[in-house]
Amino acid sequence: MLEIKNLHVEVENTKILKGIDLSVKPGEVHAIMGPNGSGKSTLAQAISGRDTYDVTNGEIIYLGKDLLDMEPDERAREGVFMAFQYPVEIPGVTNSYFLKTGLNEIRKHQGLEPLDAMDFLKHIKEKAKLLDINTDMLNRSVNEGFSGGEKKRNEILQMAVLEPKLAILDETDSGLDIDALRIVADGVNRLRTKDRAIIVVTHYQRLLNYIVPDHVHIMLEGKLVKSGDKKLAMELEEKGYDQIKEEYSSVKAKLEETV
Amino acid sequence: MALAIKDNNQLYISNFESLEKSLNGEAKSWVHQLRQDALNKFDELGFPTTRNEEWKYTNVTPIAQENFKHVLKPDLNAVTSNDVKRFEYPGLDTHLLVFVDGHFAGQLSSVRDLPDGVKAGSLADALRSDAAPLQQHLGKYAPYQDDAFTALSTAFIIDGAYIYLPQNALVEKPIHLLFLSSSHDEPFVSYPRNLIVAGKHSKATVIETYAGLNNNRYFTNNVTEAFVDENAYVEHYKIQEESSEAYHVSTTQVYQKANSNFVSNAVTFGGLIVRNNPRAILDAEGLESTLNGLYLGTGKQLIDNHTTIDHAKPHCNSHELYKGVLDGNARGVFNGKIFVRLDAQKTDAKQTNQALLLSDDASIDTKPQLEIFADDVKCTHGATIGQLDEDAMFYLQTRGIEKEMARNILTYAFASDVINHMNIKELRDYCHHRLLVKLQQDRLEGIDQE
Ligand SMILES: Nc1ncnc2c1ncn2[C@@H]1O[C@H](COP(=O)(O)OP(=O)(O)OP(=O)(O)O)[C@@H](O)[C@H]1O
Ligand SMILES: [Mg+2]
Repeated sequence: MLEIKNLHVEVENTKILKGIDLSVKPGEVHAIMGPNGSGKSTLAQAISGRDTYDVTNGEIIYLGKDLLDMEPDERAREGVFMAFQYPVEIPGVTNSYFLKTGLNEIRKHQGLEPLDAMDFLKHIKEKAKLLDINTDMLNRSVNEGFSGGEKKRNEILQMAVLEPKLAILDETDSGLDIDALRIVADGVNRLRTKDRAIIVVTHYQRLLNYIVPDHVHIMLEGKLVKSGDKKLAMELEEKGYDQIKEEYSSVKAKLEETV
Repeated sequence: MALAIKDNNQLYISNFESLEKSLNGEAKSWVHQLRQDALNKFDELGFPTTRNEEWKYTNVTPIAQENFKHVLKPDLNAVTSNDVKRFEYPGLDTHLLVFVDGHFAGQLSSVRDLPDGVKAGSLADALRSDAAPLQQHLGKYAPYQDDAFTALSTAFIIDGAYIYLPQNALVEKPIHLLFLSSSHDEPFVSYPRNLIVAGKHSKATVIETYAGLNNNRYFTNNVTEAFVDENAYVEHYKIQEESSEAYHVSTTQVYQKANSNFVSNAVTFGGLIVRNNPRAILDAEGLESTLNGLYLGTGKQLIDNHTTIDHAKPHCNSHELYKGVLDGNARGVFNGKIFVRLDAQKTDAKQTNQALLLSDDASIDTKPQLEIFADDVKCTHGATIGQLDEDAMFYLQTRGIEKEMARNILTYAFASDVINHMNIKELRDYCHHRLLVKLQQDRLEGIDQE
């Protein structure tokens, strides 16, 4: 479904991602963990198409198509979704208008009739209920004045409404209380089908108790340095990053010797 | 460069002479003395150049050098009730006064069931029938001593609206003044002159609409004076829809008494060179004044707003919110003067002005100008000029919304808070709709319904 090969990304001439390889198959859940600043969000943004992130090398193939050739909105219409680590506030645009417009653009692309105001409202209210989101939030400006947790839930509401094929959740669990965490995880699990894939970026093994990943990857300094199954996340929780950092630097040193 | 352009002074003087001839016996009246005095002033001043600090960013040479014809008698048959309908606000019931090329057109107007003693009609009629009550107001608030355009407009006081609200009068329906400019073979000028006198405890809403019927060149040189007496409340709207070739210079001068409230919403869509001077003089205690504005410039438009709020007495609040959207090669100018006189303690003045530049070739010159002489006051001002928020653009795009549409949504959102301050729903709807039309409406259906 998603094939990332040797991806190099720079921001303002600083190298951030230094050769990422990642293969995600339909139905899989991948978790990416890693210390602050290691490049997790950069990877998420590069997949979504943020143009301030320069892809200097490598490729991203999604459902057989070159993702790097597409604008962010085209990617979204093809089924790529990212839940932002820092959701953006948009004063003056109501949440429901925002969602309806996005949904109808995607439906149009899929050859479906756009939903009218009534149908949309019904659709979104159902989803909001499942996520325990107060429908008042729909008439407020996008994320404006939302609490941290509300913003994260709003991201999941958007995901539930847009029903993407590939969802990347960038630290959606940060700042959530335990009930919200469970609700969000439920929302994600509901989306889990054999033809969808999910990438979860997180710092906490806690979330992975609810959303059980098939693969766990550790990112360090712009590289995925170690992959494994869910046990890797538990190991990490116990030992922290130090051991992995050590392993990684000795590997790096050896590599440099041989060159 | 000279300080003034006087190339066409002779033209205006001869226009004045023709006007004088048409006046018959009226030439000795106080109004005509006022006209004569203003003409002399104009002759002395000439049109300003950009060396004049007040006109630094707005070059009016095209206005100064055009040979505008003065329409002494309009062809009222050239305008139909369908033309009028185009510029009425759907669903809004008003007292409608229509003016064609600056002259009142009674047969196109409809003013019915005004409360006792309230007047809403032609200024020319009022001056002919009973000029005396106007003398203490007309020309008394909008100074022309150092403002060539106001001087010229005052020299040609002929017609416009005269609105009079006696004490305690309450006019429910908005009074809509619709100034239409028709077509002539040559560029022409009109001088709509309005006087609003709101007595103590009176209340009314006045809408001024300026519109061109065709895409031709003309010049509207308007002055509106409003006297708002104690405890009166006047809500004022100015919707400017002049033709894309038109020049529009306009002063709205308000003089407020104790505990009164004046709210102005000025929206500019049209015109090639536009200068608005909304000014409020807060000359008594405990009053409230609001000057809000929105302008949307595209193509080669130049839109200049010079606002003035003059706090002359203590305990007054003023609010000001001006927002501009500039696309294409459009240019904006904003100058917001706030004076707080020595006497005006406990003043609370708030000014916000924001501009959104949608293209690399659009630009704005903006200058807040606070002159505060009292010490116990609260004055805040904030000015921002920006492009569209890249993060918000990206966010919208990641939800499947195409770039251009995302741009329009954000522009609409930027402008909508000024529009949402308007109390009349039909005007809000109209402005939203017009904004969308100017930003390619077909892509934004439904945004104003949610
Ligand atoms: N727009 C930018 N300009 C400059 N540097 C940037 C920019 N975006 C990211 N970076 C840098 O890139 C590095 C990786 O950032 P990124 O946000 O991808 O980290 P992360 O792994 O998501 O961290 P966290 O766990 O704190 O969210 C950081 O050093 C960051 O400062
Ligand atoms: Mg991050």
